[in-house]
Amino acid sequence: MGVVRENLDRVARRYRALPGPARVALVVLLVVLVYLLPLLRPPIITTNQIDFGGVMFAIAAFALVAVGLNVVIGYAGLLDLGYVGFYAVGAYTTGVLTSYHAHWAFFLALPVAIAVTMVTGVLLGWPTLRVRGDYLAIVTLGFGEIIRIAVTNVEWVGAARGIKDIPHPPNIGPDPEPPFGDGGLFTIPSLQWDGIVPSLDSGRETTFLVFGAVSAVPYYWLVLSFLILILFADRLIKDSRVGRAWEATREDEDAAEHMGVPTFKFKLLAFALGAAVGGLSGSLYASSQSGYINPQSFPLLLSILFVAAVIVGGAGNRWGAIIGGTLVAYLPERFREFADFRLLVFGLALMILPVYRSQGLLPPRRTIRARAAAEEIEHLEGRDEAPTEVV
Amino acid sequence: MNFSFLVNHIVELSITGLALGAIYALIALGYTMVYGVLQLINFAHSEVFMYGTFAVAWVFVFVHGTTSVNQTLGGTAGLLLLSLLAAMAMSAAIAMLLERVAYRPLLKRKAPRLMALISAIGASFALSELMGLRDRVVGWVGLRDDLDNYVSKARDVYTNPVTIQPQTVFTVGGYGVKDVDIMVIVASLLMMVALDQFVRRTRFGRGIRAVAQDPESAALMGVNATRVIRGTFILGGIMAGAAATLYMVKIGSTRQNAGFIFGVKAFTAAVLGGIGNLRGALLGGLVLGVAENYGAAIFGTQWKDVVAFVLLILILLVRPSGILGESLGKARA
Amino acid sequence: MSERTRVLELDDVTLRFGGLTALDSVSFHIDEGEILGMIGPNGAGKTTAFNAITGVYQVTSGEVRFAGRSLAGLKRHAITKLGIARTFQNIRLFGSMTALENVLVGADANHSTGVLSALFRTAKHRREEDDGHERGMELLEFMGLASRADELAANLSYGDQRRLEIARAMATGPKLLCLDEPAAGFNPQEKAQLMELIRRVRDRGFTVLLIEHDMRLVMGVTDRIVVLEFGKKIAEGTPAEIRDNPAVIAAYLGVDEDAS
Ligand SMILES: Nc1ncnc2c1ncn2[C@@H]1O[C@H](COP(=O)(O)OP(=O)(O)OP(=O)(O)O)[C@@H](O)[C@H]1O
Ligand SMILES: [Mg+2]
Repeated sequence: MGVVRENLDRVARRYRALPGPARVALVVLLVVLVYLLPLLRPPIITTNQIDFGGVMFAIAAFALVAVGLNVVIGYAGLLDLGYVGFYAVGAYTTGVLTSYHAHWAFFLALPVAIAVTMVTGVLLGWPTLRVRGDYLAIVTLGFGEIIRIAVTNVEWVGAARGIKDIPHPPNIGPDPEPPFGDGGLFTIPSLQWDGIVPSLDSGRETTFLVFGAVSAVPYYWLVLSFLILILFADRLIKDSRVGRAWEATREDEDAAEHMGVPTFKFKLLAFALGAAVGGLSGSLYASSQSGYINPQSFPLLLSILFVAAVIVGGAGNRWGAIIGGTLVAYLPERFREFADFRLLVFGLALMILPVYRSQGLLPPRRTIRARAAAEEIEHLEGRDEAPTEVV
Repeated sequence: MNFSFLVNHIVELSITGLALGAIYALIALGYTMVYGVLQLINFAHSEVFMYGTFAVAWVFVFVHGTTSVNQTLGGTAGLLLLSLLAAMAMSAAIAMLLERVAYRPLLKRKAPRLMALISAIGASFALSELMGLRDRVVGWVGLRDDLDNYVSKARDVYTNPVTIQPQTVFTVGGYGVKDVDIMVIVASLLMMVALDQFVRRTRFGRGIRAVAQDPESAALMGVNATRVIRGTFILGGIMAGAAATLYMVKIGSTRQNAGFIFGVKAFTAAVLGGIGNLRGALLGGLVLGVAENYGAAIFGTQWKDVVAFVLLILILLVRPSGILGESLGKARA
Repeated sequence: MSERTRVLELDDVTLRFGGLTALDSVSFHIDEGEILGMIGPNGAGKTTAFNAITGVYQVTSGEVRFAGRSLAGLKRHAITKLGIARTFQNIRLFGSMTALENVLVGADANHSTGVLSALFRTAKHRREEDDGHERGMELLEFMGLASRADELAANLSYGDQRRLEIARAMATGPKLLCLDEPAAGFNPQEKAQLMELIRRVRDRGFTVLLIEHDMRLVMGVTDRIVVLEFGKKIAEGTPAEIRDNPAVIAAYLGVDEDAS
């Protein structure tokens, strides 16, 4: 673990030392690389037992969720154990609008799904964000369960059968016409590796850009694009009055109120924005390769995994959230051989991590130093302070 | 909605609801005490309970073999007592292990509370999975899986070979009250009174209350916080072991993930009554059990859990710190 | 003196916690540009008075008026926006934020940028950010903290933290600044420096309500003093009057004057 920390810190330092244009070039290169990852199929990290494109889709989706939940947990300090509920609301809204009760196009349903999820977030947050922080955990957990039970039992959303035939996002270029044409504009081959020697793998091609049943890569690209978009938005918001208000609220809610921050309003805002990203991810999930959702896609366990992703990465740091999301989605798939032991190992890892990295893998800058200073100050304050002081 | 069913079966629903709620309450005590002392949601407490249920099952198999038999409550009294001890010992041991492995290292490092929660979640996964993999584990260490061969796979439902047949003791409002329910309610109440007295009367109980109120002044007064915390986990474990026994008497089967939903409900009960508050846990558990039963009668069984959570949200709206308010011992500002 | 506008007025304020009467029919006022000292032994109700003024507690009876307007029922953040800012007896900075960011949070009380203007970097957003930075840096400068602007608040020295709290409160642009034992934990020399600073704060046009244990210090800097004991106001007057007031002497007798 210490190695991870040192390397990450060193990389960050080197990056900051680069001149502006070099930084941009580096970022662009990196982004392109990330887009191409499922085609490059680099050895070691590529999963062999299941479709690597599908795994990359899952990773991007988890990272997206983690970035959204990071707003709630990391920035605003609200422990949301029911995030899967928003995910489900987004997915089901999409399913209902595009397949079950209407036949909207995907990109029409998407914003509606996000809006509905946001409203759900506000409706849940309005009564519950007033209660003590820790209670929020159980209330949100209950919310996740309520949603799951509701979709299991309400016929209007397909009950236990779920919703199938959810349309995929629109293709770019001609639609495929099996068995003759792949459609799309062009096809991109993948690499295959013999040891460290790469060669083209013509048997594994991705059509640009057909959202079909053959390749998961286009879905990965779509989610990744949304992830990048959300990252930009996240950064702009975090770096404004809103972000400061969240951080202040998380640090000391009373003090924030006294500095003129309407904390409830900002908590609700964090909740709603987090929910919106959850809804977005859910919607993308619904329209992904299988085009099929059912209540079992949204177990409570998923909420717990989402939270784990955020905290493992380092709550409050968007890159931490991405790392956390990646690990939580990737590790179980990579080590399928140990299928039976995956959860056990995951559980043990969650136990070990806090001991060695009590702030997560990639904590926000704040927690890196502090401590000793804080203790000294407590000591000094203690010199003349009544123990009953409340505010 | 079916109100006439509720009205016609009100006695039955109330009594079975109380029995269920009593089990919630016993588990809730563990959550509430640990929360009171550490402000930590001990997410893995559900597993403490689940291991207790297996201890009961194993005692049954050990004593009785694996051929299934029907028994009356009286006929198995001795067996139950043995199971109770085994379950308490097992749960207490798991709780102690949890404290040692999952929390103490974090406390020492002053990790943020959120991290302790992650550790708790991890411990919960690990414990539950360990139970789910027990046939494999037992195979590794070269033991024949004798205790476990009653079921084929570790993740399957594990049914007690001894099935307890409830007997009607007396009849109220047309419903024959069962001995099992009476036992569950009475036994839970006894355990809780004992715990309540223990926390109120003994030196150790005073230590718990002192740490809950203000860890720093408690330390100044010479309370050994580490011991108090460990003791709190053990007490919670003992209560969970009792809950596990009663659960096996009433439900009769368990599985590796049986703890989860009961854990969630118990924690709900703790919050409902006012977390950190022992009597609140009791009240919260009973209210939750009964409300769930009524709700299930009105809306249908599948909505039972929804009723529970909606009730929680409603009560928190009216009383943000639970029905009886927070605190272990005395009110905190 | 009476020509000046009343900034704050406590009118027969009583505040009870269950059986305990923390404030018992307390009345006093502050005029614009004044430094009013509030003294009293431990547990006298000084912090409680602050809490009643800044909206932490609703008063049991009586009224708190700010610029003639009753504060009853107002939320804490609304009171801040009206123009009352405070510091805390126990330092309550946002430890994970830099010194500058702490002050920015205060300055944001005057801003209204929301999510959309942040996303689109609107002109208003940029104007407010610039204004916040300018005001923030200026205040840090004033408090002698400019060189520490990018330091995390939690990493600042104790004295810097105390000063940062004052800067943060000033950033909200208040008329009335309430300082709760800002010199607690300071040595005599640091205390003297802080009192000098407070005088300069007043000269910038702030009205100051100052809680301070140290009688001598309070005497030097305040225009008037209110003395609380057991929740009651036992005296009010100029420093000279307070020094000679037998009730005050009695209240402080046996209590170490330098308890702080
Ligand atoms: N929230 C509360 N609930 C109950 N009692 C309180 C509360 N807040 C303050 N008190 C009590 O009110 C009284 C006045 O307290 P306060 O903090 O105002 O004193 P103070 O004058 O600021 O003292 P110090 O010089 O020690 O800061 C004390 O007896 C205190 O215990
Ligand atoms: Mg005070």
